[in-house]
Amino acid sequence: MFAPLYKYGYFGFETSLVIAFALGILFGFTLERAGFSSSRKLALQFYFRDMTVLKVMFTAIVVAMVGLLYLNLADILDLSRIYLNPTYLYSQIAGGVIMGFGFVLGGYCPGTSMVASAIGKIDGFFYVAGMLLGMFIYGEVFPSIQNFTQSGYLGNVTLSDWLSLRPGVIAFLVILMALGMFWGAEVLERKFSEPPEASQQPSASPGDAVPASR
Amino acid sequence: MKPEKEKYWSPYAAGFMLGLVLLATFFLMGRGLGASGGVMRTVTYVVDKLDAGHVDHNPYFAKYAGGEKNPLKDFLVFEILGVIVGGFLSGALAGRLKFRTDKGPRISVRGRWILAFLGGGLMGFGARLAKGCTSGQALSGGATLALGSWAFMMVMFVAAYAIAYFVRKQWI
Repeated sequence: MFAPLYKYGYFGFETSLVIAFALGILFGFTLERAGFSSSRKLALQFYFRDMTVLKVMFTAIVVAMVGLLYLNLADILDLSRIYLNPTYLYSQIAGGVIMGFGFVLGGYCPGTSMVASAIGKIDGFFYVAGMLLGMFIYGEVFPSIQNFTQSGYLGNVTLSDWLSLRPGVIAFLVILMALGMFWGAEVLERKFSEPPEASQQPSASPGDAVPASR
Repeated sequence: MKPEKEKYWSPYAAGFMLGLVLLATFFLMGRGLGASGGVMRTVTYVVDKLDAGHVDHNPYFAKYAGGEKNPLKDFLVFEILGVIVGGFLSGALAGRLKFRTDKGPRISVRGRWILAFLGGGLMGFGARLAKGCTSGQALSGGATLALGSWAFMMVMFVAAYAIAYFVRKQWI
């Protein structure tokens, strides 16, 4: 096993920051190519008119999940050295509810809001401004809600631990679920989506238009 | 104005590519991608510049910038810088660089801006409560089968669908 490379000492911290930047470029590029620089496109997911969010997210999760398991099986990558998000169940559920509301209201998530702002989306700018304030408020409020933010701590637990099924089995179930959702997504899109000409309606702010470079 | 039909990658192709980028991150770094953490560190950096004492006395801010710690020297901060550049590059190559506001037909531009700000505020707060956002929790945590991440993801989708009807005027 020689991966993850950083944890096996193939490069140092400073190099990792350069790698972070490079990976970020790929990440941002892919998000924009997927259409995630458009709040309307993102939001239509929740009206069943454009299931791109679901398709992209779950395809990505499945690819990475299977990749990790395979690399581990092939003795290339040590899964035990991969950072696992610790579970703070109640805090994360509360955060999930707030983010669900925020997603439909704001039209972006943190990552996509930056991609959108990068290509000039003014609603993206407002979203980012709100996000900065929201995070500051969290910091300010944190001392009074500290106990709640750490509630439901279950440690580094996975679906595999929770269901007492091997990771490979969980992965298989996740793939089945994803396939089912993709099939459902295709059906819903065909039923609810608007004709192609109507689905993109960005509105230019007068006096602000910058000619698109071609 | 004539609505444009934007050329995007097919969702499955984009998802596949995203999965590979995520996998590469795990392979190289032993951790996944993220976003909100980088933004939080930026916020903490600014607060620290304005009032370092305030940061030192707040347990949350202090975690990132207490004492001599530089919150910007972190994987996520450099990653989100890359995200901005990558997004810009893609937009530039596709001819999508333009100052405009995305919205549905039944809301004004100003109205959209206000809701974007409010939504952003909720998400900023919620992302830190959840200890991550769709990138760090749903994508990265999802791929590593973290229980809390999956719970977060499911709840977020349900909540979004639940509220969608009430703000439909903004989008459809």
